[in-house]
Amino acid sequence: MSKSTLVSTTVNGDAVEFACPADESLMTALRDRVGLTGVKEGCGTGDCGACSISLDGRLVCSCIVLGVEAEGRSIETVEGLSQNGVLHPLQQNFIDHAALQCGICTPGFLVAAKALLDRNPNPDESEIRYALAGNLCRCTGYDKIVRAVQATAKDMRKKGRS
Amino acid sequence: MAHDNSYVDKKFNVVGTRFNRPDGIDKVTGKARYGADASAPGQLVGKVLRSPHAHAQILKINTSKAEKLQGVKSIITFEDLPDLTGADQGMADILENCMARGRALYDGHAVAAVAAVDEQTAAKALKLIDVKYKKLPHVTDVDEAMLPTAPIIHDRIFTRGVEPKPTKPSNISSRTEMGNGDIEAGFAEADIIVEHSFKTEQTHQGYIEPHACLASVNPDGTAELWVTTQGHFVFRNVCAGLLGLDIAKLKVTSSEIGGGFGGKTHVWVEPVALALSRKANRPVKMVMSRDEVFRATGPTSSTSIDVKLGAKKNGRITAAIAELRYQGGAFPGNWAMLGCMTAFACYDIKNNKSIGWDVLVNRPKVTAYRAPSAPMAAFAVESAMDILAKELGMKAIDVRLKNVAREGTLAPYGPTYGPIGIEDTLKAVKAHPHMRAKLKPNQGRGVACGFWFNIGGQTSTDLNIGVDGTVNLAVGTVDVGGSRSSLAMIAAEELGIDYEDVKANIADTTSLGHNDMTEGSRGTFSSGMATIYAAREAIEVLKQRAAQTWGIPVEDVAWEAGHAVATGKGHGNLPKLSLREIAAKSGRTGGPIAGHNEVTADGAGMGFASHICDVEVDPETGRSTIVRYTVVQDAGKAINPDYVEGQFQGGATQGIGWALNEEYIYGDDGRLQNPGFLDYRIPVCSDLPFIDTKILEIPNPNHPYGVRGVGETSIVPPLAAVANAIANATGVRMGHAPMSPPRVLAALDALDAG
Ligand code: FES
Ligand code: FES
Repeated sequence: MSKSTLVSTTVNGDAVEFACPADESLMTALRDRVGLTGVKEGCGTGDCGACSISLDGRLVCSCIVLGVEAEGRSIETVEGLSQNGVLHPLQQNFIDHAALQCGICTPGFLVAAKALLDRNPNPDESEIRYALAGNLCRCTGYDKIVRAVQATAKDMRKKGRS
Repeated sequence: MAHDNSYVDKKFNVVGTRFNRPDGIDKVTGKARYGADASAPGQLVGKVLRSPHAHAQILKINTSKAEKLQGVKSIITFEDLPDLTGADQGMADILENCMARGRALYDGHAVAAVAAVDEQTAAKALKLIDVKYKKLPHVTDVDEAMLPTAPIIHDRIFTRGVEPKPTKPSNISSRTEMGNGDIEAGFAEADIIVEHSFKTEQTHQGYIEPHACLASVNPDGTAELWVTTQGHFVFRNVCAGLLGLDIAKLKVTSSEIGGGFGGKTHVWVEPVALALSRKANRPVKMVMSRDEVFRATGPTSSTSIDVKLGAKKNGRITAAIAELRYQGGAFPGNWAMLGCMTAFACYDIKNNKSIGWDVLVNRPKVTAYRAPSAPMAAFAVESAMDILAKELGMKAIDVRLKNVAREGTLAPYGPTYGPIGIEDTLKAVKAHPHMRAKLKPNQGRGVACGFWFNIGGQTSTDLNIGVDGTVNLAVGTVDVGGSRSSLAMIAAEELGIDYEDVKANIADTTSLGHNDMTEGSRGTFSSGMATIYAAREAIEVLKQRAAQTWGIPVEDVAWEAGHAVATGKGHGNLPKLSLREIAAKSGRTGGPIAGHNEVTADGAGMGFASHICDVEVDPETGRSTIVRYTVVQDAGKAINPDYVEGQFQGGATQGIGWALNEEYIYGDDGRLQNPGFLDYRIPVCSDLPFIDTKILEIPNPNHPYGVRGVGETSIVPPLAAVANAIANATGVRMGHAPMSPPRVLAALDALDAG
């Protein structure tokens, strides 16, 4: 057994503590110690985006961040997207536009798309495509994913105006 | 009960509409549980030690140091997996692929495995295992492996299918030949003959979820396996066979599956996890790293193919011959045979011949990848069709239409086609606005066709009606692309109830009869058929209950739009009974109401597609960008058009990746140099435009709704569609896929120099 360090963080708004070895990735800590298995592992090397989370508001691949680096920081995962039982518009639009097949990439895409829309509520197609270029999907050809994000941006802008 | 599976033209209420999938919410909220998302009390972490050599004798495996490490609970080598396969060479190959037996046959071949209390300890233990290897000469290229001087991979293999029977072992495991007519006479008749050679590199299915499982074996021989798989029933049978367990005592549950595309039809770590668990007497979880996924699982064949076509001046092809060489990795396969069967399947060519060579090399054992073997054959044949068109001075699409296969055409692999859709897809392509879109400088347009058989197979399905009238559908095929939704739609359609009242679930192996692998685009086709029959059986029971309630003969009861209706003289004023009403009383009228079906579904219906691709080639870098792409495919009947489109788009994208970038790169040392998503580059969002789709529906006569498999055909045309587009953009004919920037640039330079 390796020696562990105690880490105090905020995860999806709640105070969370976990103990993990110094060389353990944040992805593994979130999955195995905090129980947030919505954080997916596709590669472990920062190349697929399945493990995307928001760390202090910044989109990161949690597989290339150490668990101990999360000390004192705030983490958002796919599990925190829906509020009070209501799906986030991105989640609803992914379902409505059949933007997922196997769904393993979906949590990462949702987190990455949210990061995009938080920053840019009115992205064009190419901005969407580049913002999501760090997330691999092998099933969909991305077509319906981009459409779901476009639809969400439109819905949210409409809502924002009303 | 015998069922008539012929197609009946009818109006649908639910089928053909777009409904959200039942697993959608779990998948967008992170609740869905995949292979790596399960855990068990006291579980250990399993890890595999893999060969760093392409080919080596294993002289000694010393595990004593690793065993002494605190926290290590079991270590296994091939000795812990004794050969129980008897005379079944196929099973023996699977066993040897799961764990090397005396020889490592490729870079990444499993040599030993450890289960320990945690990841770190397991990793440390692997380092403490001392393996003494003696390196052997290796070969990784398909053409080199066929040379008489090549190092022999298995001295038990003698080429099948050649006369006289060879006396020396060879890396060529078999030769296949098929075709029709008289090939010499056909070429003698030709006005024009074209010939070209092609190569395709090895690619991986590239599912984003690595293989993962959780195994638990008890001392009494009962066992459980949670696993990401395309066929938990087949995994059960294979694992039970390899481990010497009773089939009924091994319960296999399929997790949500994070992509498979054929690559999760095969066992790798699962028998190893079971063996580790048996030895440690604790549950063992194993999750492959991406590096392991690339080095040891999946890949498709690399190939080398020659094609020769002869035609009359009017474009009619008089003869076609292809010689196809497919490597199957370190174990024999039938990949070249599949290439032969599909090569000329789109066309009506009187004299045709395909010769296939299945070849062994020091690479991982090849597994099915979406329409396995067809994309490479189509790359060669569909490129050659364009070369021929150019020689003839005809439009590429017109040469295809001139020779297109139709109902009644004798297929090169034997059968005579029933109603098929290839001609319709070509006509739809011709009429498509994409064909008239303006091309800019450095852009070109290509068209190509593709074929896949689709398969049926053994299927078992249960349908149970609850007392509130809602319906549980238990199926045994795995949901790889939304089939739970499609199957629930079919059940709702048959019963005449709302989609929302049906819940489809994937049953574990102890709850349902055997189901074959979910492959060959069969999920919705065959489970759909079983669902129809199970629902019809349940309707018979519902009618009986209604008859009983009314006190009339069952012959006087009909089932209409979710209700039992009394027909026949004298019952006219009986009010109809809804499914819900009948279900509510089921406890008093004879007990639970269910339908059940076991079927070996035949006649999956051939799938044909034609694709249009516009590409822009950067003359400075050789980089090709897809600017427009359209898929036209015959689906027979689209149960849920959203998912059919999704299959078309996903398959086309995989084909585009193969065409432009994806390839296994082996060094001179026989080791894989790019086992990661950074260097093995699959298409990303910014590489692609929207993929346009057009679904044609030419009913499959062998399915009650006309359904054909739709999952695979879409990966077949892209390689050639891209190659033809590049040829039209630049004037260079790329015969080597992937057509990566360096290869295209070299070809452009050669053209300039030439
Ligand atoms: S798992 Fe983190 S980027 Fe792939
Ligand atoms: S839906 Fe399967 S990887 Fe994206």
